[in-house]
Amino acid sequence: MSESSEVLFIEGGRVIDPASGVDGVRTVVLRGGQVAEVAERVERPRDARVIDARGRWVTPGFIDAHVHLREPGQEYKETVETGARAAVAGGFTAVLAMPNTVPPNDSVAVTELVLARAAQAGLARVYPVGCISKGQKGEELAEMGELFQAGCVAFSDDGRPVSSSGLMRRALEYARTFGAPLAVHEEDLALVGKGVMNEGPAATRLGLKGNPAQAEEVMVSRDVALVELTGGRLHVCHLSTAGAVRAVRDAKARGLAVTAEVAPHHLALTDEDVAASGYDTDFKMAPPLRSDADRAAVRAALADGTIDCIATDHAPHSAVEKAVEFDVALNGILGLETAFSVCLALVREGALGERRLVEALTAAPARIFGLPGGSLAAGSPADVAILDPGAEWRCDPERLHSKSRNTPWKGKTMIGRCTHTLVGGNLVYELARGER
Amino acid sequence: MIGRHRHLLGLEGLSREEILQVLDLATSMKEVLARPLKKVPSLRGKLVVNLFFEASTRTRSSFEIASKVLSADAVNWTASASSVTKGETLVDTARNLEAMRPDVLVIRHAAGGAPQLVSEHVACAVVSAGDGAHEHPSQGLLDCFTLREKLGTLEGKTVAIVGDVSHSRVARSDLHAMPKLGAKVRLCGPPTMIPQGIERLGGCTVHHDLREAVEGADAVVMLRIQHERIGDPLIPGTREYSKLWGLNARKAAEWLTPGCVILHPGPINRGVELSPEVADGPRSVILDQVQNGVAVRMAILYLLAGGSPAEVSAAGARS
Ligand SMILES: [Zn+2]
Ligand SMILES: [Zn+2]
Repeated sequence: MSESSEVLFIEGGRVIDPASGVDGVRTVVLRGGQVAEVAERVERPRDARVIDARGRWVTPGFIDAHVHLREPGQEYKETVETGARAAVAGGFTAVLAMPNTVPPNDSVAVTELVLARAAQAGLARVYPVGCISKGQKGEELAEMGELFQAGCVAFSDDGRPVSSSGLMRRALEYARTFGAPLAVHEEDLALVGKGVMNEGPAATRLGLKGNPAQAEEVMVSRDVALVELTGGRLHVCHLSTAGAVRAVRDAKARGLAVTAEVAPHHLALTDEDVAASGYDTDFKMAPPLRSDADRAAVRAALADGTIDCIATDHAPHSAVEKAVEFDVALNGILGLETAFSVCLALVREGALGERRLVEALTAAPARIFGLPGGSLAAGSPADVAILDPGAEWRCDPERLHSKSRNTPWKGKTMIGRCTHTLVGGNLVYELARGER
Repeated sequence: MIGRHRHLLGLEGLSREEILQVLDLATSMKEVLARPLKKVPSLRGKLVVNLFFEASTRTRSSFEIASKVLSADAVNWTASASSVTKGETLVDTARNLEAMRPDVLVIRHAAGGAPQLVSEHVACAVVSAGDGAHEHPSQGLLDCFTLREKLGTLEGKTVAIVGDVSHSRVARSDLHAMPKLGAKVRLCGPPTMIPQGIERLGGCTVHHDLREAVEGADAVVMLRIQHERIGDPLIPGTREYSKLWGLNARKAAEWLTPGCVILHPGPINRGVELSPEVADGPRSVILDQVQNGVAVRMAILYLLAGGSPAEVSAAGARS
């Protein structure tokens, strides 16, 4: 990423930077691709560029620990470039690219390709995630060492849970060499069966096969036990159930290296929304939307830090993969461009503090994955999001930057929007004036 | 239109009045079926397309006969289930059929919600003839019709539904309709066959003991136990099932009240859920269900193809 040598002043905004404990109106000075200074009063040189941020939030650029960019192999859904464009439009300056591409990212060649495409795009920083097992088949360990050296920051067989406890044990042990976490999609496939939505009254009413919450809890509990055995690092992806919250809370209390993320849709929606949607496949994802009690549990866990960060599980799919029967529709929805407004609704409902929201989108993921950014402390990368927390906009799928359109918020009025995104001091996104 | 509804995708959203509208019209339709010349011109020039993704001779024939008695043209279209990878999708198929300009599209599909998906992409009326484990609204209506005919009313009656409720769209439609007409419903089966939260659907009670469920009931609906689902191990086998949850002559004589009638959506697995003596015995109203099915489907097609109840009694009287 080329770093801007220009001096940029972001003035008048409310700077919320949990990493350095700042929350108040400040001027942010960016120079040479880094944060030079955050202060109440700064003398501005005459040639400096200025962004007027009055009435807005100025935060570290968001970091999304869980994004599907679909390249290589499924460029009809998304590419590194379109995904990165969606990211910066949502205030994300860095994303972790999950490895379930075609072919999957179990080789240096794929890792390098993703990095090269990201450099070409010059938008968000893209950190590849390598496979845990070769071909995500759950049989043999992938070459984690080479993947790590090539730039992978974590390992995951996302979408294909590691069923073998033996392989999972070895993966946790082996990855200790690099200190990289295993980011795990936790579902016991035998319990999931043919389930396509959360098991419960809503599934019963719709006549759809249920996927019980315990399918997640069983796997999280297993992997917590394996962390205890191995001393490895576990990061639970898209945690969705009260039972998994209990398991993570218990693991943390015991001092185990376990972290967790939650997706905006699991914070916002429940299985009753699937029923209300009338089989809308834009409400289908894995893990599925859960019960009201599960939603309450993940909200509380995010607020109290049991769940460390918010990650979108941005999963683009084409219309032909979604305009089908609920049973056969592919899992997943878009997340990058709606995450901020969806999560901000929790703040308005009193379920989440503003600073905790920003932390869960910035400092927390940076800490878990050892990434630069997530902070506006002097010397940090000049990765910044400027957000209008009061902006009302209509979620029109046709106007999203992603290549796909699969969002349950289509047609909905959203509140809160990113207006500017800077990566390495470069303005990579600015909301058109007509849309503000 | 059935009340406010342009389609019939399930009974969940139907009010008591809307259900009664269909049942009352079906009574007039049944009179038509009793005549020597079973034909009225009510839907002449209308086209009904039966789109079946699951084999079902009985439901399809019932809709077909209902169309023909009303003088509508009926086209049967059988198709294999859609798949993203295998060519044409359900929506493609429905759009292609719509080019024939049908008035009503009757659809049977293994996936819950498939008729709703189709209804969102076509201009004609859509009738669900059963979708996955979701609903089978015409079956629910014909069950209510049969009970009303045999018991006089559903008000204050108790109906036991026995079997694999988890896979049963019939049970769900019954459960959405019968309590609206004043009946109490008891569901019965092994816990593996009772889906989570089912008691919230229609205010029913759940039982695992057959005797407890059927004693004092005014009607028992026995669901079909499908051999092909044994692989998803809900029960150890059909032999044990018939011992614990099947109805035979001895149990019927000892546990059922004298007036209790037995229904079954068919086809019966003789010797599994029902012994032959019970299936063919005096309490069985299974063949009445078949005949009533035609009358109820006539009413549904008539209402959705553009008729009104007043017109039909007039049309019935004229012919
Ligand atoms: Zn996943
Ligand atoms: Zn994912």
